[in-house]
Amino acid sequence: MDRYRFLSPLSRASGLGSAKAGFTHWWAERITAIALVPLTVWFAASLIAHSGSDYQAFIAWAGAPVTTVLMILLLLGLFWHMALGLQVVIEDYVHGEAKLWALLAMRFLCVGLPIVGILAALSIAFGKSAPL
Amino acid sequence: MDRISSTRPRPLSPNIQIYRPQLTSVLSIANRITGVALSVCAIGLVGWLVAAARGPRAYSWFQGVIGAWPVQILLLIATFAFFLHLCGGIRHLVWDSVRGFELRQIYSSGWAVVAASVLLTLATWFLSLTIGRVV
Repeated sequence: MDRYRFLSPLSRASGLGSAKAGFTHWWAERITAIALVPLTVWFAASLIAHSGSDYQAFIAWAGAPVTTVLMILLLLGLFWHMALGLQVVIEDYVHGEAKLWALLAMRFLCVGLPIVGILAALSIAFGKSAPL
Repeated sequence: MDRISSTRPRPLSPNIQIYRPQLTSVLSIANRITGVALSVCAIGLVGWLVAAARGPRAYSWFQGVIGAWPVQILLLIATFAFFLHLCGGIRHLVWDSVRGFELRQIYSSGWAVVAASVLLTLATWFLSLTIGRVV
């Protein structure tokens, strides 16, 4: 037990929840939340700035390297945060066999949709024909 | 485990239906509701990106759908949901740093979240409509 003296409080808590992984979920929710504060504010501000833009002006913005990188980060952070949040909501309100199907469908969507979005963002950036 | 408990209905104590709604509880459930609502918006975000990638025709069709007035009302609600979840989330992050747990602080931060969300929603729509008109 002496080795616990040399562990940080964080290391002591890691992996010791009732399910051995409760801290991971909580911590990932916080990391993605912190990342999403600047990313979503940037996105909202960009939408405001492009309120009157036509397609050409919009694509010029959306295809810029900075926009593409931030958009991909937004999609990854958003759908990761979304999967963590919806998991708790489903676990709280959906019971029995429906819970399994709801969790499966939610997980598949939260992996599939950001990939579709990233492909769209990349095809705008590189001017290729679109996915779907 | 679920099978055993479902053979006989378990007694449930009344909880949320007998409580008077308070700012604290209303904001707590609002954070969940807005989270679920914003998840639906995230699907729309991907659809919007795909439409933009497909070309001007698909993009203008999507813009036309967004421009319809029932969708505009939904977008206004979504904007408020976004800012409520954002401000409420920042409030949660402050709590995670073990700050602001006094009852008075909890109420003042709660009202600050509501006020900031209303103001940011109005500012967003005002700016968006004026920029949209000028350009």
